[in-house]
Amino acid sequence: MPSVCFYFQVHQPFRIKKYRIFDIGQDHQYFEDHSESNLNNKKIFQKVAKKCYLPANEVFYELLQKYPQLKLSFSFSGIFLDACETFYPELLHSFQKLVKTGKVEVLSETYYHSLSFLYSPQEFISQVKMHRQKIKKIFGITPKVFRNTELIYNNDLAKVIEKLGYKGILAEGADHVLGWQSPNFVYQPKGVKKLKLLCKNYQLSDDIAFRFSSKEWGEYPLTAPKFAQWVSAINGNGEVVNLFMDYETFGEHQWEDTGIFKFLTSLPGEILKHPDNNFVTPLEAIAKYQAVAELNVPQFISWADIERDLSAWRSNPIQEDALEKLYSLEKTVINSGDDKLIEDWRRLTTSDHFYYMCTKWWNDGDVHKYFNPYSSPYEAFISFMNVLSDLRLRIDSLKKDYKKGNSKTINLEGGCGL
Amino acid sequence: MKILMFGWEFPPYNSGGLGVACLGLTRALASKDVELIFVLPYKMDLTIPNLRLVFANSRVKLRPVDSLLIPYSTVTSYQQLFSGLSSKIYANGLLAEVNRYALEGGMIAGKESFDIIHAHDWLSFGAGLAAKKVSGKPLIVHVHATEFDRSGENINQLVYNLEKEGMEEADEVIAVSQYTKDIIVERYGISPDKIEVVWNGIDPEDYQPVQPEDNGLSHWKALGYKIVLFVGRITMQKGPDYFLQAAKKVLSYNPQVIFVIAGSGDMENQIISQAASLGISDKVLFAGFLRGNELNTVYRIADLFVLPSVSEPFGIVPLEAAVNGTPVLISKQSGVSEALTHALKVDFWDIDEMADKILAVLNNPSLYGCLKENGQREVQKLSWKEAARKCISIYHKLFSRGEDNA
Repeated sequence: MPSVCFYFQVHQPFRIKKYRIFDIGQDHQYFEDHSESNLNNKKIFQKVAKKCYLPANEVFYELLQKYPQLKLSFSFSGIFLDACETFYPELLHSFQKLVKTGKVEVLSETYYHSLSFLYSPQEFISQVKMHRQKIKKIFGITPKVFRNTELIYNNDLAKVIEKLGYKGILAEGADHVLGWQSPNFVYQPKGVKKLKLLCKNYQLSDDIAFRFSSKEWGEYPLTAPKFAQWVSAINGNGEVVNLFMDYETFGEHQWEDTGIFKFLTSLPGEILKHPDNNFVTPLEAIAKYQAVAELNVPQFISWADIERDLSAWRSNPIQEDALEKLYSLEKTVINSGDDKLIEDWRRLTTSDHFYYMCTKWWNDGDVHKYFNPYSSPYEAFISFMNVLSDLRLRIDSLKKDYKKGNSKTINLEGGCGL
Repeated sequence: MKILMFGWEFPPYNSGGLGVACLGLTRALASKDVELIFVLPYKMDLTIPNLRLVFANSRVKLRPVDSLLIPYSTVTSYQQLFSGLSSKIYANGLLAEVNRYALEGGMIAGKESFDIIHAHDWLSFGAGLAAKKVSGKPLIVHVHATEFDRSGENINQLVYNLEKEGMEEADEVIAVSQYTKDIIVERYGISPDKIEVVWNGIDPEDYQPVQPEDNGLSHWKALGYKIVLFVGRITMQKGPDYFLQAAKKVLSYNPQVIFVIAGSGDMENQIISQAASLGISDKVLFAGFLRGNELNTVYRIADLFVLPSVSEPFGIVPLEAAVNGTPVLISKQSGVSEALTHALKVDFWDIDEMADKILAVLNNPSLYGCLKENGQREVQKLSWKEAARKCISIYHKLFSRGEDNA
């Protein structure tokens, strides 16, 4: 003790290109930007692959060879895997190679990295099932632990996840939920029978993910021995240290010249220097440790921003409007049976689109600005709403075809088609 | 510290932003206990200067100089003004009048005591330089616009030379935006180290809710029309022609929109006939030059304010719109686009983009609401007090530099 549990989130959205009102009815290729802008998904994907995914995979593969005790876990969004297949098949092989070591667990999530749990339980379950099939197809395994988009979590989610047959779930170790309790234990969500909960140690996770290269930080520069010492200090008052972060931390958020890869390379060795320390995957953690207490989380929490709530995606009228209008089309779209239409609509459910519309702190030049490929939240909203208008036109024309009897699709007027 | 300032007449006896800027800045400086000798060209046969009222009981001393110079004077506009007069004191050409004003400035400098000279806009740079020669005190020239903003590429070489000389001889140049600073560096060859950016601002307390005036636009609103507003001089620099072209596009998607042009200027007739030839005359209203309560009422009824300027050194008008709770769409070729983040932005020539954004605000109440609320909050921070604070720190820098050299 303690066990270190690594989970890395691997995700890239299909960003919407600049889509003007004049494009409505003319252009249905919403995600196809071939310009030099940051809305060119292929360009961004290949850039991040070269800066982050490939070198980080290489480091981890070597570490796994060198330290047989090392364990990792990844959660890939379904659309990340789609993009991988289209834009960079070689990268997919690299991840498959890691998973084949048997020391890398793959987690479950929604295929489209969506906020669907907040809007439509039915769509949420569909996306989770789609994701499960994709992971089975790509990696040959079936995940047993679930993590929701951006670690969005509450009691109700835990109940649904237990019903879907999972053994564990991840959440942010938010102060306002844990209170005096430590994130370094396994918990049981309120209202479930067996499901166990792992809480992110946000202090230690964010030391790497956010503060690593910050010269204003009192602990700068962060070294592997120093970090390993902090982990070892948990001995005796914690069982599992959950280090959850975006995989893009390595090489993309923290650039190579910050020394992040060197840090990573020496970290497992430093952690293992203390004989009581070890590594676990999430599934191993919940098998190994008993839940010490029940955790009651009636309100939604997430790992985003200092608020750790839903405000990164739902805190202004444009975000609420876009989300509401999107989900109001759900039944008609799903029931249309038109695969392309359904796929386009589902790609619009990706949480990033709404993150880009966030105006909270916008003028303070914070992370929202850094991660925003649009020049403002308003630009993101305008393209999104224009795309939604085009989607509505496509639905209308399907309905017309149906009335004329030209379509094999059924049940366009809403109602349950599943 | 005492400042000899060469400024311009205040609203309402002015037209355009220069007088507004002089009022805002001097009022904020006076409130911070800066002592000012405020020199301005003034036609003595008009009314009592408005400034006397503004600065009653403050430490601002007024030195009006009888002159025909007014903000935005051009060789042509000066000639028109001059030809209607019988008085013999004024020079018979703009540049000669600028020289005559410079001599007067030098004479005032000889009689007064002060620490720093601060001259606004090129028409008063000559006076600033003369004052510097007489007194040996440091000179700040404050660039509110360059000849390239006023004239595009067809610049008046003599005006350019006067601007350049003023900036070269000055100890410090204040540019109203980074956009203007870049022009000063690239086109006038001035070292960036000598140029400080001080954004213009507004005094939010000047825009308290007013009793709306009945102005006819409310009838259009009642009929379900949306109002898109342009406020500014109708001149090439302000891009009214781009506004009309965007209007044409917008109307082909949504005919329920009225475009209001508030202002007057040398392109007015051209713009009226352009609206006719585009076939949108019935949707374009010319409101003339508005100010005060009238203008605030129009801001408040408008669904969107558009600043399509071709080149705008700063642009205070969008701040006025924002403080009145009107969403704003501004040209990227403007200084104000550096200062406002909760605004839509567009290249002035990108008509499609302009139309797309106008339609987005008109079609999505959530976007309107978000821009309104965030813009109104953000603009509170862009105050003249902030501009005055920066000016004072520049005064201190020059003052202590002078002490070191002494």
